[in-house]
Amino acid sequence: MEGIPVNYYIALSAILFTIGALGVLIRRNALVIFMSIELMLNAANLALVAFSSANNQLDGQIFVFFIMTVAAAEVAVGLALIVAVFRTKQSIDVDQINVLKG
Amino acid sequence: MNFSETANTGYFFGLVPLLVFLPLIGMLINMIFGGKMKEWQIGTVASVASGLTFVVAVLLAYSLSATHGHMQTVYFAEWIHIGDLQLDWTFRVDTLSSVMMLVVSGVGTLIHIYAIGYMHEDVRFKDDIRRFRRFFVFLNLFIAMMMILVSGDSYLMLFVGWEGVGLCSFLLIGFWYDFDTLGQKSTKNAEAGKKAFIANRVGDFGFLLAIFTTFWHFGSLQFDAVFKAAEAHPDPVVISAITLFMLIGVTGKSAQVPLYVWLPDAMAGPTPVSALIHAATMVTAGVYLVVRSAPLYNLVHEASYIVAMIGAVTALFAATIAVGQYDIKKVLAYSTISQLGFMVAAVGMGAYVAGVFHLATHAFFKALLFLSAGSIILGMERGHHHLAHGHGDHDDADAHHDEEEAFDPGDMRNMGNLRKQMPVTFWLYMAGTLALAGIFPFAGFWSKDEILLDAKLHAEHFPGVYLLLSIAAFLTAFYMGRQIWMVFFGKERTEVAEHAQESPPVMTVPLMILAGLAILGGALNLPFEGFHNLGHWLGYTIGETHGLPLDLGVAGISTILALMAIGISWLLYGKNPLKAGQADPLKKPLGFLFTGMENKWFVDEGYGAVIIQPFEKLAKFLSIDVDWNFWHDWFHNSVLYAGFQGLAKFLSDPVDMGIINAIADKLADMTKRSSESLGRLQNGFVRSYALSVLIGVVAILGYLLFK
Repeated sequence: MEGIPVNYYIALSAILFTIGALGVLIRRNALVIFMSIELMLNAANLALVAFSSANNQLDGQIFVFFIMTVAAAEVAVGLALIVAVFRTKQSIDVDQINVLKG
Repeated sequence: MNFSETANTGYFFGLVPLLVFLPLIGMLINMIFGGKMKEWQIGTVASVASGLTFVVAVLLAYSLSATHGHMQTVYFAEWIHIGDLQLDWTFRVDTLSSVMMLVVSGVGTLIHIYAIGYMHEDVRFKDDIRRFRRFFVFLNLFIAMMMILVSGDSYLMLFVGWEGVGLCSFLLIGFWYDFDTLGQKSTKNAEAGKKAFIANRVGDFGFLLAIFTTFWHFGSLQFDAVFKAAEAHPDPVVISAITLFMLIGVTGKSAQVPLYVWLPDAMAGPTPVSALIHAATMVTAGVYLVVRSAPLYNLVHEASYIVAMIGAVTALFAATIAVGQYDIKKVLAYSTISQLGFMVAAVGMGAYVAGVFHLATHAFFKALLFLSAGSIILGMERGHHHLAHGHGDHDDADAHHDEEEAFDPGDMRNMGNLRKQMPVTFWLYMAGTLALAGIFPFAGFWSKDEILLDAKLHAEHFPGVYLLLSIAAFLTAFYMGRQIWMVFFGKERTEVAEHAQESPPVMTVPLMILAGLAILGGALNLPFEGFHNLGHWLGYTIGETHGLPLDLGVAGISTILALMAIGISWLLYGKNPLKAGQADPLKKPLGFLFTGMENKWFVDEGYGAVIIQPFEKLAKFLSIDVDWNFWHDWFHNSVLYAGFQGLAKFLSDPVDMGIINAIADKLADMTKRSSESLGRLQNGFVRSYALSVLIGVVAILGYLLFK
């Protein structure tokens, strides 16, 4: 890892995050949106780890563990929701889930 | 109660609050438990309460004499403390108030006992036995109030009693408020009560002004403080004003010209009331007030002269009316006014001892006369009842008032020769008559002569008083003689008089005691050296007096006048007794004069024309024209109602609907419209929400980066 400047990691992290964000915005499949969210979380993890190693501090890496844990919990809840939605709507197209509106 | 003083001095001054509270306790017992008590129990409670009051009064008098008449004040309770006005309920025991206490409670007790017998029959003739209790409640209340009056240590405390006895007088005059004096259903008695109350109100207003002026000028209402201040800086104008305002109060309460008109009508009350309140005690309150204020009256001769003249004029004026009356109680009522005139004249001339002396003897013999008259009236009622119901069965008296024509048991023209039917009452009445007429050696002789003698001695300072009083004394003997001949002698003028019945001992025994006092009462203050007991006694309070010796000239003249008057009355009424339906023998020789006497000199009618009718007209004008037509119809209906309607319309249409409602409506519209447009943002698509979050984050980050 020595020699690779931290900027590169950050750039990769930004690219991953943008891909994730675009995925959330563009795709209609709830499962894909879900994966895009995971992508954004991991982009953030990458940035945290990169800064942590660059600054020789462990805070960021510890924080990443927490984010992973939360992500795992989120997956459990989110998948359960998707299953539940599918059972009622026979679809996981988020554009069809628009009952809640003003 | 402050009994500690009693313990300290060894005398009974600390008992003085009992004077007020004993009758009040009696009253409360009868009020609370009287409904279940028998008549004799109610009467006993009331009489014992009054009798114990007399005992306390005697103990106080004893204590006074043992302490050489030294005035005592007994603090009882804090009353009013506002700024300069520091008033307590303090009792004052001095020789003057002691005399009043003894007379009030002594005569009062005898009248209580008498009233047990009297009211027992009266409530049955009037067919409402439940009022027996009420009578004794009022009577005890009266004693309590009278005690407050005579034992107060300040003008305001005196005024409390003054108003209290006025209230009792009102309640008792209107005791049979649904009857008239003939026993017919009517509101006449109630009207008599109202008349007394209103006439007294006029007098009380004067008394109040006197109290206000006193406080304004002297800064105190306590007797001694006022007198001291008055003597230190005598201001004739202010003191004249005070004494003359007070005189208005005296003319109201003691029934003097011009406010006396209520007292004859007050005879509507039961006879014991006439005796107790309207002869012996309450009406003498005015005399007591003048004597109590002696230090003030001594400072202003002119005011004293006015007092004396009012008394003398009243004495003569009322005596002339008494000559022309036919109702036995009305004669006594005018006689009372006349005798009160004697007292007021006496105290006006500064002859305080004579005034109080006459007050006491008058209380004895006038109470005796009234109560005997009550006995006569009841005797006539019994005769009447006997005739109407065969054997005097009292129980079936229901509604007999409606069936028969009115019979007046008090009209002397219905009587005649009653000495045969009612011998005891006759002798008692004779004792009272001789005392009132001033025949030696009855009580009235001594007291009246003392007043006449004072009037003669002071003739240069008080011109005219002696003459007026002498004529009044002559007329007194005349109308009493006329009454005796008409009531007890001659032939019975009605069947009722033939069947009149004597009264029971519960009524006659108190009368005998009073008769004894009427005969021997003169011993209080005999005009001989060493026998001026009352003068000596009162001297402790009102300053040293020198007792007058017997003046044979004055006594002789008055005795001759009295005997002459009785002789003339015998010639007119005794020698040729009045026949049934015959006009009064005085009518012819006196002509219009007698018509005047008969009709009370039309004073009531005059008051009616001068005061009451204009007053009613004014009241009508105020109620119909001012209040109803102007105020109600025009001002309220036209001005206020229309104005209010116009204002309401203005406020409702342009203001409320146009402005306030419009604002609210616009506000609602705007809220609705903005919510509609904002609602469009919430389209339900998760991705568009995510986009807005992203845009927001980008905007904030952009701002942070490029600021």
